[in-house]
Amino acid sequence: MLRTKNIISSAPSPLERAGERYVSTRNSCKLCAPLGASLVFKGIEGCVPLIHGSQGCATYIRRYMISHYKEPVDIASSNFSEEATIYGGSRNFITGINNIIKQYKPSVIGIASTCLSETIGEDIPGHIFNYKEANEKTGAKLPTFIHASTPSYCGSHAEGFHNTVLATVKSLAEFENVRNKITILPGMVSPADIRYLKELLDDFEINFTLFPDYSETLDNEYTAEYQLIPTGGTTVHDIQRMGNSKATIEFGASFNKSFSRLKDKSSVQTAGEWLESSYYIKNYQMPLPIGIEATDKFVDVLKTVSGKELPEYHRKERGRLVDAYIDAHKYVFGKKALLYGEEDFVTAMADWCREIGVEPYFVKGVDFETLREKADEFQPDFLLGNSKGYYIARERKIPLVRVGFPIHDRFGANRMLHLGYRGTQELFDRVVNALIEYKQENSPIGYKYL
Amino acid sequence: MAHILDERQLQVSVAGANERTIDCNKASLAGSVSQRACVFCGSRVVLYPISDALHLIHGPIGCAAYTWDIRGSLSSGPELHRLSFSTDLQERDVIFGGETKLYNAALELIEAHKPKAAFIYSTCIVGVIGDDVERACRMLEEKTGIPVIAVQAPGFQGSKKDGYKVACESIFKLVGRINKPIAAKSINILGDFNLAGELWILLEYYKKMGVHVNATITGDGRVEDICNAHNAALNVVQCSGSMNYLAKLMKDEYNIPSMRVSYFGIEDMSDALYDVARFFKDDNMMDKARELVRDEISRMMPALAWYKERLTGKKAAIYVGGAFKAISLVKALRLIGVQSVIVGSQTGTPEDYELIKKLCDEGTIIVDDSNPVELSHFVKEKQADIFIGGVKERPIAHKIGLGFCDHNHERKEPLAGYEGMINFAKEIYATAMSPVWRFTSPQPSPKERETGENVIF
Repeated sequence: MLRTKNIISSAPSPLERAGERYVSTRNSCKLCAPLGASLVFKGIEGCVPLIHGSQGCATYIRRYMISHYKEPVDIASSNFSEEATIYGGSRNFITGINNIIKQYKPSVIGIASTCLSETIGEDIPGHIFNYKEANEKTGAKLPTFIHASTPSYCGSHAEGFHNTVLATVKSLAEFENVRNKITILPGMVSPADIRYLKELLDDFEINFTLFPDYSETLDNEYTAEYQLIPTGGTTVHDIQRMGNSKATIEFGASFNKSFSRLKDKSSVQTAGEWLESSYYIKNYQMPLPIGIEATDKFVDVLKTVSGKELPEYHRKERGRLVDAYIDAHKYVFGKKALLYGEEDFVTAMADWCREIGVEPYFVKGVDFETLREKADEFQPDFLLGNSKGYYIARERKIPLVRVGFPIHDRFGANRMLHLGYRGTQELFDRVVNALIEYKQENSPIGYKYL
Repeated sequence: MAHILDERQLQVSVAGANERTIDCNKASLAGSVSQRACVFCGSRVVLYPISDALHLIHGPIGCAAYTWDIRGSLSSGPELHRLSFSTDLQERDVIFGGETKLYNAALELIEAHKPKAAFIYSTCIVGVIGDDVERACRMLEEKTGIPVIAVQAPGFQGSKKDGYKVACESIFKLVGRINKPIAAKSINILGDFNLAGELWILLEYYKKMGVHVNATITGDGRVEDICNAHNAALNVVQCSGSMNYLAKLMKDEYNIPSMRVSYFGIEDMSDALYDVARFFKDDNMMDKARELVRDEISRMMPALAWYKERLTGKKAAIYVGGAFKAISLVKALRLIGVQSVIVGSQTGTPEDYELIKKLCDEGTIIVDDSNPVELSHFVKEKQADIFIGGVKERPIAHKIGLGFCDHNHERKEPLAGYEGMINFAKEIYATAMSPVWRFTSPQPSPKERETGENVIF
């Protein structure tokens, strides 16, 4: 038999640190920063992301995103070897860029660093500079290079996302004197959310640039051919001309700033804040428009910047949502929801829950196992979050209403709408029906009417 | 072939057309968008199904997050393997070292979950920041009394295949720790990961033959069985890419012979049973194997004939992790009338590719470590109807209107064994015959519209 001793019995080892609990992360809620970067790069027209690190980073992130979006997600890797790790990755970088250009002919290459390349001190801006210098002489038209620093030991995928939006805007946006557009930075939302925002702003007849726009690149129609780089995305030209905006609308509240490596959180900037401080572009920062109150706030800004009223079609959507709230309010009132996901998404969802009489429960910066333990204390009636919390819902035999990212065990994640009156309507119907279904399924008699 | 990068030209070959052996066993090319993962991935997928061990990933969060419950490897008992544990290294750990954090994290988890062994995976930066994981493991072993194995798997130290080797070494560190008498005619099953319960189908077959199965490595695997694996008479190895090395280690150290088998398709499945009976030189066992094969085949033949009649003439593209699996797939597809026009793998050896070349019809494209650009060109060029691959190949197939069969980790239907062959045929049929393909033609001709004829097939 195995040697068995009473576990943890002998004298303390020199590595032991007494009194600390949960130094391990058990079933992580967060993902790593290069994933967020890749998502942003997929929202730029003609862009191929390159992850500067080991082959696995790119492959894992591709697999993770493919399982959610059910779309091709080509992400290149500079495929670090042992040699590159010791002597530096410049050769891999050059080969990688050359091969991406040969295979994909991209107009943009978005480069994200990894824990490995950051730890060994890779100078990616230097690599880019050298590459450009060596190749510009040949007269070849080079793609635009964008670099985001995304070591996975800092923050999460959400921070990787925000950092990359900021890095892109900083490296491309130019100062302009004519100000006639609106920039909208929606954050990490679904392709359907992006399409909705574009429709709403179009209906307001607002001239806008939305970034990043992966509504088509990650939710494309059937194309018959394999598009090496899927159509769609915010154009480099539009990002360059963000300086001509009279205002930025930026969704988010915390932007994961508390996870930033900078001690002084006030010096951590979002892209909208950077445009404001550098180019004096008014930044309307607000929570994700989920729920009536939050959407009203957003719509007020749209009214202000456009000088127009809410178009009739959308006004009616709001009206129907209020009507639905009234019809179904009793089914949700007093119910407890356990929320998890990206911080800004969770706080917006929590506000919406309160708006309809649901008590939201969430814990900041924890893993799923902690959440699972907390669930015993909270006794939630349902879960509201991505598909990874399914095992908690299953164990507790309560519904999980799938929202956000990732949703790996259902279809249609890219068509799932969360924002605006329309998105709230969808969410509301789904939550109400999940609770009704739960009650019906667990009823000893079953019934045909509500 | 213009769509193939210069450095990769020798990694592609055509059956019948040239005698050149394919260039393989090499690192993926930077910028090529390889479908492979890394050393860590290789070690993780192989060790993953050992369900009563603790798997703690030492590094920043990504590696653990992306491998949480990643494989549908079922367990008949504990399910500790389905949880994802990480030391979640932060910037201060990268600067000051993560060894203390690792030690305490492991200790806390061992205390909480009481595993039979612990695997501590080192990811990319662990070696770079100088953590002495071996030392931490020794101390943990001393402290807790369970085997604590350092799995040295920094992603950059080779390819996924090198990760298999690391996993084999880690498993081998467990072998020989227990001596428990077992039946004389006993085997270890190496390289089945019990996806969708496939291992259980095999166990049933071997049981009928009177073969005792000792350790299953690693599907539905248990630490104690692995520790006693050296007492088996034979190692039966599937997924040879990942497990041959362990068989070799066990041969060298314990003189246990091994044989390569595959459980996919009728031919290979039957051979797997016959070969074991032949090894034990047991007529009774052989008779039972024959009886089993006869029963199973006569039961399934009418169904297979039905599928074959309908699927004959279809063309398939295969791109999977291991080449040995690809070989079985070619044979299994042939049984139902489907011709393989592209056969590729992430980790094949020269011998594997030679075998594929001999097996396949002239003109079949054979490729090592391919990428989306190549694969999408190949399937167009060869006018494949169906693609057989994993998660990352699915959108390539679907975006160009090809049927798809998932033969990888996420599948929920067993594809091994005789009933697996029927499931496989069913799935190929379902994807090939779906009426949705008639919408995939951008502009169907008036005639097609009139007759309602399927445009693609």
